[in-house]
Amino acid sequence: MLRFTIRRLLELIPVLLAVVTVTFFLIRLAPGGPFTAERNYPEDAIQRMNEFYGLDDPLPIQYLNYLACAIRGDLGPSIHNPTRTVNDIIAQNFPVSLELGLYAMVFALLFGLASGLSAALRHNQWWDHLVMPVAMTGICVPSFVIGPVLALVCGLHYGWFNVAGWEEPSDRVLPAITLGLGVAAYIARLSRGSMLEVLPQDYIRTARAKGLNEGQILIRHALKNAMIPVVSFLGPAAAGIITGSFVVETIFQIPGLGRMFVMSAFNRDYPLILGLVAFYAVIVVFFNLLVDLCIAWLNPRTRAHTVA
Amino acid sequence: MRPFFQLCLAVSLLLLSGTACSKREKQARPDPADAADTAKILRLGNGSEPQDLDPHIVTGVTEHNIICALIEGLVAEDPETLDPVPGVATRWELSADGRVYTFHFREEARWSNGDPVTAHDFVFSYKRMLTPALGAPYAYMLYLLENGEAYNKGTLDDFEPVGVQAIDDRTLKITLAAPTPYFLAVLNHYSWFPVHPPTILQHGTIDQRSTGWTRPESHIGNGPYVLASWEPDQKITVTRNPMYWDRATVKIDEIHFHPIGDHATEERTFRSGKLHVTSTIPIDRIAHYRDNQPDLLRLDPYLGTYYYIFNVQRKPLDDPRVRRALSMAIDRATIVERVTKAGEDPAYHFTPPGTAGYQTDARISDELGEARKLLADAGYPAGEGFPSLKLLYNTSDAHERIAQVIQQMWKKALGIEIQLENMEWKVYLDATQRGTYDIARAGWIGDYVDPNSFLDMWVTGGGNNRANWSNADYDRLIREASTTLDPTQRFKTFSEAETILMKESPIMPIYSYRSKSLVDPSVQGWNPTILDHHPYKHLDLK
Amino acid sequence: MNPESKEVLHRFLRNRLACMGVILMIVLAGFSLLAPVATPYTYDEPDPLLGIGATPPSARHWFGTDVLGRDLFTRVLYGGRTSLMVGICATAVSLVIGVTYGSVSGYCGARTDTIMMRIVDILYALPFTIFVIILTVVFGRNIFLLFAVIGAVEWLTMARIIRGQVLAIRQQEFVQAAVVLGYSKARIIFRHILPNALGPIIVYTTLTIPQVILLESFISFLGLGVQLPQSSWGLLIKTGAESMESYPWLLIYPGAVLSLALFALNFVGDGLRDALDPRHTRRA
Repeated sequence: MLRFTIRRLLELIPVLLAVVTVTFFLIRLAPGGPFTAERNYPEDAIQRMNEFYGLDDPLPIQYLNYLACAIRGDLGPSIHNPTRTVNDIIAQNFPVSLELGLYAMVFALLFGLASGLSAALRHNQWWDHLVMPVAMTGICVPSFVIGPVLALVCGLHYGWFNVAGWEEPSDRVLPAITLGLGVAAYIARLSRGSMLEVLPQDYIRTARAKGLNEGQILIRHALKNAMIPVVSFLGPAAAGIITGSFVVETIFQIPGLGRMFVMSAFNRDYPLILGLVAFYAVIVVFFNLLVDLCIAWLNPRTRAHTVA
Repeated sequence: MRPFFQLCLAVSLLLLSGTACSKREKQARPDPADAADTAKILRLGNGSEPQDLDPHIVTGVTEHNIICALIEGLVAEDPETLDPVPGVATRWELSADGRVYTFHFREEARWSNGDPVTAHDFVFSYKRMLTPALGAPYAYMLYLLENGEAYNKGTLDDFEPVGVQAIDDRTLKITLAAPTPYFLAVLNHYSWFPVHPPTILQHGTIDQRSTGWTRPESHIGNGPYVLASWEPDQKITVTRNPMYWDRATVKIDEIHFHPIGDHATEERTFRSGKLHVTSTIPIDRIAHYRDNQPDLLRLDPYLGTYYYIFNVQRKPLDDPRVRRALSMAIDRATIVERVTKAGEDPAYHFTPPGTAGYQTDARISDELGEARKLLADAGYPAGEGFPSLKLLYNTSDAHERIAQVIQQMWKKALGIEIQLENMEWKVYLDATQRGTYDIARAGWIGDYVDPNSFLDMWVTGGGNNRANWSNADYDRLIREASTTLDPTQRFKTFSEAETILMKESPIMPIYSYRSKSLVDPSVQGWNPTILDHHPYKHLDLK
Repeated sequence: MNPESKEVLHRFLRNRLACMGVILMIVLAGFSLLAPVATPYTYDEPDPLLGIGATPPSARHWFGTDVLGRDLFTRVLYGGRTSLMVGICATAVSLVIGVTYGSVSGYCGARTDTIMMRIVDILYALPFTIFVIILTVVFGRNIFLLFAVIGAVEWLTMARIIRGQVLAIRQQEFVQAAVVLGYSKARIIFRHILPNALGPIIVYTTLTIPQVILLESFISFLGLGVQLPQSSWGLLIKTGAESMESYPWLLIYPGAVLSLALFALNFVGDGLRDALDPRHTRRA
């Protein structure tokens, strides 16, 4: 297991290199640059700014320079926000997104698993018919609708929470629900679906025939296998959630990382795009590693195969 | 059908609570001042996160709003008219030929660390602004100075000949390249603001960008407020500057600038009582405030024009008759009444009304019959054979609405089909700058209150002349106006130029902007001003 | 029709919810296709009588009119054309790629699996916004490109889920048996393993469709996809959400129609899953 983990972490290196390389050249293809503005900057000024940020060198040289700095852990300055470096931005904004993402994940897991599993155990009964439409609603109602509605109702009408901001502990509640609701709905659907797959399987029947008690069967045998699709989904989903959501951070005015992903692309802030993409790649690889470890643990028979 | 019914029920419940909410709120919107105990704190919605607070580097309105609190120029603005009033300089003289200004500094002008503000600081600041290696985007504003352009372009290595000299610590002589009637108004643009030389040099060299001197721990200014904290994407706090010469006038203790980019979020924050002033209002909420809470709503004339540009190098837009026909065929009154809805004025010429008393007869007609005739003359009777042009705009709710309405108006009035094409902001900018478009949406906000700020952009080869339009008579008139000293004659020349602009119609003015905001009644002295400037030292909270 | 498919059809038809879903989908799709005759209004012109401006639902306009005075019912019908097509085509793209990729990766395992999954990781991390912007500029507006783009994004998670399932299933006895019998890899994957992973595939597909329909509005924002004044459910919901307090009907009706379509789809999905379940077949 340890060897497997180390190998996977080593695989991060080619992944990172590929992501950074593709992104580096890709972003230069997009029209407009960091200094394209509504009011034209004079040619000279653009020339000076390009020199300052080293954007006037030939692309391959820029690429090597970037890699040289990045290896030392220096992701460069942000062009759009010249008072902050990319390292600053990640260091300041990621903890916010991480905190919010964790609340959202906990909410989504509790809510999603409870409703999904209980619906599966009462397949085609009234509870199932009640829970699944609610879950579907959670999926169809996008966060840019839920967020404002929550802010209007719980924030303005009842005055329970602030409508936006990130100062008081209670400011975490509405964005966490907004962010978690969609994921909860996914988890509910997926866990119900796979639980229904697993319950009629031979080994569950065998276990029942052996006279094991129902709770043990459910948790030891059924749940473990039923969790596989949920866990596969959760890997990328969790990576996305803890790195922040543009919509939620915009609606609730949260200084997180999610908005930076989108804004850096809109601003053509090359170093920031690269830094964030690389950072995100690390998180994705890490979470997918966690997923594979989980799958191996949930279904020991796959272990020999995956974790070899 | 049951889930559908449930959804309807849920949604209608939400809406009921929504309407109930707005009713209740009418009586009691929490007072933003409640949150603050004794200190007077003004909370402003300020659009987006400022890029920097270095007056020589930034270019945006959000940055301007904060820098104005931190730095004061040679002159300041009258809170109602924005006319120049004494700032760092107590008085000034203009030479007979209109080219040499002499500014006399007040003795008590201080930087926030206690250093006196001297004429040498201004010379340093203007030198920094014009230093080529700094790459200041607004350096061209200082081309008004004699030899300013030559120094910035690098053709002049020595700063000595540039038209700014410190006669002594408290006397500054400014020599202009040509007489400039609007010079004092320009001085309130942040490109003319001073920076504290020792602070700049302590963090880097004169030509170095982003040295971090604008961080709260190092920022030194000479304005009514000092930078206390900067929490990115949350707020910027400025507090009273105890060294400010006019500190007795300053009434508000702290100003918080909240960079809330989402209009709806900003409006909700205002309604929850956490903001005194918003930077804008969602279009569809204007009617609500007009009907229910008119005391909160401010829709004031703003020095800007919303317009479409025609790419005059593409057929059939190279024909002025086609351009004029298109411009005549839209119903501007309907657009401002039914689409933009903030009381904007329909624009029949490019300069907005109220530009320093400038009046013009230049006008695009709105005679439909004439428009049809022009189009027929150009070879497209009833739009027959008119190619399918593309109308380019950057994606935004307001632009989308206007574009769709104009598309319909052209179709109905002239029988022509136009394709809409929305693009992401920078792609749109890139296309308009390269000239790879047919018709594009645009907006222009004046830098200073003078017709020149609107008309000099359309000269041949002008940096922002994205229509690629060129007219020798127009160029001549604008040049002439720039050297005319007599104000009446000068405006007459501008008016002649604008008549050509409207006759040729490389652009189609649509409406003059309004600044839109919600202002809490406790804010005193928030006057309507054409540049949407509100000199903070004159504001108060009741 | 062979007896096996007859049996599946029979089981499906016995499921009342699923049949209702099918009928609902047919009605929605039919209305959308027949939009030009189903409504007296056009999707791009304001009501000549009322002019520009939003009006609440009335006998004249069942769903009201939007901010530019256009009949919302008409725009929802026309929007359905786009959204149903995008939803189905883009999901199909992601399904085909995701299922093939995921099952090959899971079944082959070892080095192949490692490389294939690391490629997925790389694709996850690439900046989607920039990618779409470049495609827009290079290829211009193109509805097929839209399917490709959305499909190309959505298949990643699908592939990971399928791979997880395949890893678990390939250890089961009946697969080992197939291997011993010397069946080809393709046959084992498509005839033996995938039918047993059908549940998660169907569930995730029904989850992908709403996501795709909403994602379309973001892609249209970037300039690819639907061009105004044409409409789509995603765009209608997005603009409706922006004015939900002033003109709630602009959000409620498109939202309700989208939800209706998704419920229908979901019932069909569940019905299919139950009907196709290979264990039923074995038992039958």
